[in-house]
Formats: sequence, C-alpha cells, structure tokens
Amino acid sequence: MAGSNKTNPTPPRWLLAELSYKCPLQCPYCSNPLDYAKYPDELSTEDWKRVLSEARKMGAVQLGFSGGEPLTRQDLVELVRYARELGYYSNLITSGYGLTEEKIVELKQAGLDHIQVSIQASSQELNDHIAGTATYQHKQQVARLVKKHGYPMVLCVVIHRENIHQMPEILQMAENLGADYLELANTQYYGWAHLNRDALLPTKEQFEEAEKIAQAYKEKVAGKMRIYYVVPDFYEDRPKACMNGWGTTFLTIAPDGTALPCHSARELPGLDCPNVKDYSISEIWNDSKTFNFFRGTEWMREPCKSCDEKHKDFGGCRCQAFLFNGDMYSTDPVCGKSPDRYRIDAAIASARELALSGTEKPLVFRNSKNSKQLC
Amino acid sequence: MTINPDLSIQFSPLHRLQWEEAQQKYVILYPEGMVELNQSSAEILKLCDGAHKPAQIVKALESKFETSGLSNDIHNFLNIALQNGWIKQD
Repeated sequence: MAGSNKTNPTPPRWLLAELSYKCPLQCPYCSNPLDYAKYPDELSTEDWKRVLSEARKMGAVQLGFSGGEPLTRQDLVELVRYARELGYYSNLITSGYGLTEEKIVELKQAGLDHIQVSIQASSQELNDHIAGTATYQHKQQVARLVKKHGYPMVLCVVIHRENIHQMPEILQMAENLGADYLELANTQYYGWAHLNRDALLPTKEQFEEAEKIAQAYKEKVAGKMRIYYVVPDFYEDRPKACMNGWGTTFLTIAPDGTALPCHSARELPGLDCPNVKDYSISEIWNDSKTFNFFRGTEWMREPCKSCDEKHKDFGGCRCQAFLFNGDMYSTDPVCGKSPDRYRIDAAIASARELALSGTEKPLVFRNSKNSKQLC
Repeated sequence: MTINPDLSIQFSPLHRLQWEEAQQKYVILYPEGMVELNQSSAEILKLCDGAHKPAQIVKALESKFETSGLSNDIHNFLNIALQNGWIKQD
C-alpha cells in the first residue's frame, strides 16, 4: 500500500452510480475507459439498492446516475424512487436520448431532483457529428421539457477545439432554453479524450478568447443562470485538486460493481479495485487497498513532498501523472514545479501545430467496435 | 436584490433543505453543490415557508430563543440567502 492512513477517513459525500456503459452516443471525449467493452456485466437492481443504502448510511448525499446512458437501465425509476426514500439528492446525467415527456414526469414523481442534459454544440450539424448520432433536435426538446416540469435545468456542454468557436452561441442557446445552470466543461484528457487529444485540445488563444466571453456572460446572467466553468488545467500552472483529494469525498461505482476513487482510476495499474459484490461500501471506503492508496500525503515524492501547496491540490491528478509520465506517484505534470511539465507543453505544441496547419486528425469515436479494436 | 419587508419568503423550489444525520447538521442541496448550515441559519431557513414575512421570522425566533435584537443578523442572512437563490419572494 502506497499511502497508509491510520486515522479514520472522511466519509463519502458524492456517489456516482455509473449504471451502464451502454450509450447510443459516441462522443470522442467520453470519460469511460477505452476498454469499457471488456466489462459488459451490470449490477442487478438489488445490488444497486444495497450500494445506495450502504453509502447513504455512511453520509453520501449527492447522487449522480450516470453511464454510459443511464436511461438504458429498465430499473432507473425504481432506483430513483429508492434513492429518494433514502434521502439522496439525485441527478440524472443524460444525453437525453430516449427521454420522453412521460418518463420525465415519472422520474419527477419518483423523486428525481435534477436532470443534467448534455448538448454537444450550438448547431445541429456539429452536435450530431460530435455525438455520432442525430440528437440535436431531441436534446433541445428534452431541455425544454425538463424545465417545464419544474426541475432545475442543468445544461452541460463539453468544450474542445471543434466547438470552442461557438462559445457565444452556446451561451445564447443555454439562456434561450432557460437553463438554471450551464456547465461549460473544458475537456479533461482521460479515456477517449486522451486518445483524441491532438484533435480536441484548443490552442491557448482559443481558450483565452472563449474564457473571456464566458466570464463576461456570467456577469450578464448573474441571478438567472449560474455558469460553472470547468478550467482547462493544461493552461494552468498548478494542478487541480483532483476529486478533492483521493478517497475523501467521491465514490464511483462502475456498471460491473467496481468501486473507484474517481471514474478514471480504472486506468491505473496495480490498484486491485474492489467490487461491491465482494465487499460492503464501508469496507471498500475505509479498509480497501485502493481507497487508501493515495490518501493523505505519505505517498508523495518530490517536488510534492516538501511543497507548501500539497494540502491545497493533493499533488494533482494521479491519472494524469500516469498517462503522461508513466508513473502514478509522480507530480501531476500540469504543475509548473514538475520536472515533467515539458510533456504537457509538448502535447499543447503538437495539438497547436495540427490546429494551425489545418490537417485535422480523424476523431476516434467511442463505440464498442473501437473499444474492442483498441484494447 | 434585497429582501422586501412586505412579502412572505419561500424556500427555493430549486433547492432542498434537509437534515443530515451523518453530519448532524442541516444542509442545502442543489445541482453540483451542498452548503452546510449552522444552527441559526437553519432555524431562519425553516421559517422561509411561504407563510412568514421577514418581521414575522424575527418575532418567531426571538420568541423561540427568548431573546431580542436578532433583526439585523436575520436580515443580513436573508439577504445572503436571497442572493444565493436559496429563498425567494413573489
């Protein structure tokens, strides 16, 4: 075990229930693992109920039903109702695909608190291209219906090089749809986004321009629409406080029951992630090797070890350290103090060269065929 | 945006106020977030039920805690709550 922690860990607060890896969309920045097709098993309704119940007892209160597309699960309404009875504040994170008005009403009656609809772009052509499926019109309709039935409406748009020029139109679209919250999520380069990084990473100038527009709009709609701007950490000098620290707050359960400290942790070697079919949530959270691996600061090496900011960012992201440096114990390469920062700069330069020369790499879409071919 | 003394106050339908047993405190839940409340904030928000005007909230709490002079503190908190969208007045 890399980081031992003798004191009791803080209890989980956020539970991400990835109900299924099945998804009708094929977004090339999907955060699911590249090899998701290897894990077709899904937990039973009873297993999910036990997970919800045990995590709630420990103190989890924010619950996201995610995937893949969570609407592919036939027992979604039943799970939502069960979650409400337990006192969760639950969120459906959906592409909107297959979401009818009838289902929106049924989920509301079951106690769902809010729905987060993703839209890929502000134009039909680009949305449908990125999603790999014709969904634009339906998504707009779903967003209106979510609002109509009294949910807080959260619109999520993942930002990357193909749509970053649409920032003004995306903001306008969100306002027109009456979004209560707009999440502008700059792509985080894990999973499929890591694979497609050269084609997705915007240039620094594009980032700065888009951020300026978004920040100005934030002031314009203050009090009406709240904008969450997820920062692009490649252009920062310090890493993000990933997951608010390993095993402190967030618990992800993958479709097959694998428990993860973050949804990307499956990519890390040697963690032996436990499965909820074998252990209780309490055993997994408090005692498992996986959840204790990077808890606290004992696992850190230099420059993190002696850094006065280590309690602020917890050394950054372990997955990013592994993907770039091949070493999950190393400092997140985004950090200006990291000897590996040049790797991020090289990635930026590589994407920039492609962007400026106009020779775009074709995107690898997230689907089972590509997953099986790649892994 | 400040509190109107003549209108009753409602808790926002887009947020949820809830007692958390594990944390032994009230929290406000909303998309992507949670605010932990101290006891006095929670007592004020529980009275934002659509039936109480600001002065009635002050009166009810001064009576409940057998004290006086809470008006300023309560109004300050109500204004913060309004700006955060936790409460509303129609």
